[in-house]
Amino acid sequence: MKAGYDIVIIGGGPAGLAAAVAAYDSGVKDVLILEREARTGGILNQCIHNGFGLTRFKESMTGPEYAARFEREVKARGIEVLLETTVLSLNQQREVTAVSPEHGVFTVRAGAVILAMGCRERSRGALNIAGSRPAGIYSAGTAQKYVNIKGYLPGKEVVILGSGDIGLIMARRMTLEGAKVHAVCELMPYSGGLKRNIVQCLNDFNIPLYLSHTITKIEGKERVTGVVVSQVDENKQPIKGTEKHFNCDTVLFSVGLIPENELTKSANIPLSPRTRGAVVYQNRETEAQGIFACGNVLQVHDLVDFVSEEAEIAGRGAAQFVLKGAHPRESVSVENGRDISYVLPQKLDKNASGDTKLYFRVARPLKEIKFVLRCGEHVVLERKKRVAVPGEMETLLLKESQIKELSGNVTLEVVE
Amino acid sequence: MREYDVAVIGGGIIGGSILRELTKYKLSVCLLEKEADVAMGQSRANSGIVHAGFDAAEGSLKAKFNVAGNRMMKGYAEELGVKYKNNGSLVVAFSEEEMQAITALKARGEKNGVPRLEILNAEELREKEPNISQEALGALYAPTGGIVCPYGLTIAAIGNAMDNGAELFTEFEVSQIEKTKKGFTVSAVDGREISCKLIVNCAGYASGKIGAIAGDSSIRVGGRRGEYILLDRESGNFVSHTLFFAPTKLGKGILVSPTVDGNLLLGPTAEEIPENDTSTSAAGLASVLEKAKKMCPAVPVYNAITSFAGVRAYNDRHDFIIEESATVAGLINCAGIESPGLTAAPAIAEYVVGELVGKKLSLKKNENFHGRREAELHFQSLTVEEKNAVIAKDPAYGKIVCRCEQISEGEIVRAIHENPPARSVDAVKRRTRAGMGRCQGGFCQPHVAEILARELGIPFEEVKKSGKGSELVKGEIK
Repeated sequence: MKAGYDIVIIGGGPAGLAAAVAAYDSGVKDVLILEREARTGGILNQCIHNGFGLTRFKESMTGPEYAARFEREVKARGIEVLLETTVLSLNQQREVTAVSPEHGVFTVRAGAVILAMGCRERSRGALNIAGSRPAGIYSAGTAQKYVNIKGYLPGKEVVILGSGDIGLIMARRMTLEGAKVHAVCELMPYSGGLKRNIVQCLNDFNIPLYLSHTITKIEGKERVTGVVVSQVDENKQPIKGTEKHFNCDTVLFSVGLIPENELTKSANIPLSPRTRGAVVYQNRETEAQGIFACGNVLQVHDLVDFVSEEAEIAGRGAAQFVLKGAHPRESVSVENGRDISYVLPQKLDKNASGDTKLYFRVARPLKEIKFVLRCGEHVVLERKKRVAVPGEMETLLLKESQIKELSGNVTLEVVE
Repeated sequence: MREYDVAVIGGGIIGGSILRELTKYKLSVCLLEKEADVAMGQSRANSGIVHAGFDAAEGSLKAKFNVAGNRMMKGYAEELGVKYKNNGSLVVAFSEEEMQAITALKARGEKNGVPRLEILNAEELREKEPNISQEALGALYAPTGGIVCPYGLTIAAIGNAMDNGAELFTEFEVSQIEKTKKGFTVSAVDGREISCKLIVNCAGYASGKIGAIAGDSSIRVGGRRGEYILLDRESGNFVSHTLFFAPTKLGKGILVSPTVDGNLLLGPTAEEIPENDTSTSAAGLASVLEKAKKMCPAVPVYNAITSFAGVRAYNDRHDFIIEESATVAGLINCAGIESPGLTAAPAIAEYVVGELVGKKLSLKKNENFHGRREAELHFQSLTVEEKNAVIAKDPAYGKIVCRCEQISEGEIVRAIHENPPARSVDAVKRRTRAGMGRCQGGFCQPHVAEILARELGIPFEEVKKSGKGSELVKGEIK
């Protein structure tokens, strides 16, 4: 380990690995990856189901297989990786302080920093669900770690709250291990998970999905003994008289992912309240010069394939910054219009070269619509779409020439 | 059968403080706790407020021990290596009637001997707390109010007592107390027995039951459930003082306060309940949110990381019961110690040992008593150089296990082996804060469990969240 590196990448999951390879291939060889776990690959290591890589590699891989591809690329380039190294703080001067058993507490200076810390699961506590706090309450990802990494079954009679993808995957995984999944409850009138997961993880195993339902009480002193599930009205309030009781020993929560931006906040880098990740330009540079972000720390992706794609943008961006330095920006904002929950990047630099893909999500399930990108009255771009749901990310390609011609801020909206 | 001079029943802050005070003398002492860990009753789910002392009625034991305990708390916490902050309290008034109520509180506090009380007008209040509601008219300011971690203090007091020779029996649920020539024989449900000359009954919600088992049925204890919501450390600076509602005929309302560990705490409710039930209710949590918004409309409730409830035991005399039983000689009751019991604990301990135990047994100073908990405990507050010296000696201190609170494996291993030893995931959490942060153990729990299995030499399947029957997993996968 040296006192300084051209690029320091925080996180050795799929985003950090892909960013490192892209930065290296763009001409910056002096790259350091800091990874808190004992191996790289991040959450992919516990995702032993398949379906990874279908978009990017046109083949179906498991999570560890997908990670291994990038790990091989990192290794082939001799990129330095520090394991069991947790970053403690970061500042806008791009000084990264970390700790590890081997090196103790140390600070490295970086020409550019790439934030690739991933996300965490929302916990039961964030939902204020009433009841007791016995053993047997896990987030879906924690249960996944117990089963797939540690080799233990967290419970045998299961109720799952939330139909996010990890919850759906775990419904199937627990069933395959001999557990009985009594119900998957979803607060919203639609699932936030991928369609293919609803089919392959619930329908194929006859696991009932209760839409517009939530857990209103958890019972049990030392271990969960049961839950009360209620239907909710359009304001997501439980409807009296609809209570159903399930005997169970385990409750899994799959109620959303939150980008882990504590370091970003500590460096006073502005975040978007919509994505809960940093506000970025096309090259994934944040408002702090030379600090880039990609992957689930920037926005929660549906597919790791998109994480890799975004990380490569950030890796190239960081390499450009190291090689050429900062260039003067001329920026416009991308605003969220009707039925759009967010668009990323939130800022467009008119001086940047290359086309830009806008990533966005709709705010509710929609049919027979048009996505329209406007700059004032002028329609920059529009595209028809038959079906759009919040659980599936949408994209629009914006050409370099279209960006250069923008006369001000743009708004993306849905027209029915 | 092991023999002791004094057996303390109940490992909360009162029992813990008394236990530690006893070890200052040449006495053999033990602590009998029915749960698998100490600080499992109201010392676990508690507001953690070091009250100034204006609340209690003049001349009451509550007033006396509150004001005395408040003066002692800073030094007490420091000696035990527990974080304490003198952040000051504000009792906020929202009506003319409440302004009168806080003026009356000020007069009462002054009679109780609370120093430097002050009535603030709306402008002065807002200067101290910019996030306070625009509806607030003024406040009583008590600069001596503070905050401390209630279970941290309890664990440290008991740990220090154990370092000084006290013995701890966990899962010792007292089923029988027999009067003998020398004193008592105390039996547990599982058949274990100890004998002692004196019993100090600090059993909290169960103190009436313990009294009755010993032959004194005069203590009647009821329970009030208090529900809390805890917010992320990101919101810890939302207010800097502990904010109370002015007392009205309808009760005290909730508080909005930073915790000493930097979170924001909202609560508690006060609901009479027939049993020791620490589950939360939808209505209770909703009422906490509603009242917190009345105090501070912008309170960042979206930053909630957990909610919990505790049961506060009170007695029908509406003052602390701290006395030798009138019917059972040698049984010292400390019963129904509700708020401000945490603040009062060090003062109660001095009184109980010095006066009540001292009347029965001769108190010879224990020359070997060492009251300080080791400073290395505060790994996080060390300088980089000091941390690196520790990591060089034990690299486990460089391995962060809990990312949210930045707790290392070294700290967790230490908590498992030092007094009182952590035997479960929750016990590790209360000692180190691993799992106490925003992900609520989502990432670190499997790792903490693995460390526990390794250090305790038990199979992974036997690692528990808390007490008996709370194993984390149901066996190996297929």
